[in-house]
Amino acid sequence: MLGALIIVFREVIEAGLIVGIVMAVTKGMAGTRVVVALGILAGLIGAALVAAFAGALSQAFAGIGQEVFNASILIVAVLMLTWHNIWMASHGRELAGEVKKVGQEVRSGARPIYALGVVCAVAVMREGSEVALFLYGLVASSGTTGWDLLLGSAIGLALGVAVTAVTYLGMLTIPPRYLFGVTTTLITLLASGLAGQAVVFLQQAGVITAFAETAWDTSAILSDTSLFGRVLHTLVGYADQPSVLQVIVYFATLTGILSLSKIVATADKRSRAAAARA
Amino acid sequence: MKLTTKPLLAAAAAMAVAWLGAGALADESVMVKVSLKDHHFVPAEPTAPANKPITIEVTNQDSTPSEFESKTLRVEKVVAGGGKITIQVRALPPGRYRFFDDYHEDTTEGFLIVQ
Repeated sequence: MLGALIIVFREVIEAGLIVGIVMAVTKGMAGTRVVVALGILAGLIGAALVAAFAGALSQAFAGIGQEVFNASILIVAVLMLTWHNIWMASHGRELAGEVKKVGQEVRSGARPIYALGVVCAVAVMREGSEVALFLYGLVASSGTTGWDLLLGSAIGLALGVAVTAVTYLGMLTIPPRYLFGVTTTLITLLASGLAGQAVVFLQQAGVITAFAETAWDTSAILSDTSLFGRVLHTLVGYADQPSVLQVIVYFATLTGILSLSKIVATADKRSRAAAARA
Repeated sequence: MKLTTKPLLAAAAAMAVAWLGAGALADESVMVKVSLKDHHFVPAEPTAPANKPITIEVTNQDSTPSEFESKTLRVEKVVAGGGKITIQVRALPPGRYRFFDDYHEDTTEGFLIVQ
């Protein structure tokens, strides 16, 4: 039972953290709960489909369907997170004082909370499909210990949901004036880590072969399969044996998001100044 | 809502690029074949030459799905019950590289011996 519990729990951690962060980032915005709930629901349906068609997915694209699929949805998540941060860079000032106005913008679809809903869906789909396959294996080969293992899985899942709650509540303890900075930083690091993971899938598929060497090996110091390592893996993209290209793409994404945000923020400031003069 | 199509287009482009790039490399690499049977790898310690890209083919003879995973080879891929997958691994220096079934890590492991 403990084995099943651990396997399911560690699969759910990443999705749990991401959903928790998204809930905290979008707290108080109109329509947030519905978007997050729809994202999770879409993710669960997607996970079931991915698990059900795992064999067919593997065969797609000349045998690299799994990798292409995983890399693609990771890239979608990276783009959504980037878009969110860039939008925030140009509208962040309004958030500080004029919550009401932002609420209206959300209702009119201006703030990209849908982007974050997609991020939730991607996170749940990726982890969920692995849990679904694992559970399917359990049920299919279940002897007398089947129910025991399912119970373990259920507890593992519940603990994963608890991670979401702890992340969410933890982030709510951050004073509002720092929250914007913290969430922007977190989302930037999260996006960079996901971009790095997408690279690993493309390297495994043989689509990219350059810079495949291992950049460093810190698995003896902090394994990214340990609980703390896994949390860091999700939050800041920590990997104990990354490929050189993974590291390059990580920092390129980081730099890209930061510079784009800066450019947008500067342009926004200028247009406001121009508007004030007129 | 003009912006919404951009990320999706970019993702589609990424997918297309990924697809076009596939299959380019299979020729120069060395093939290593491993089977999964009763949740054990056969052979448990396949060998491969050093400093050459490796293609690993995993055939799952069990009816339940597995996830072929290795930290040192940097791969993780689901193998459906009765299914077959291939994975590309970079050229490696000599050594023992552990791999395992992520769903049965305590019982199902093997080593790729690169020499």
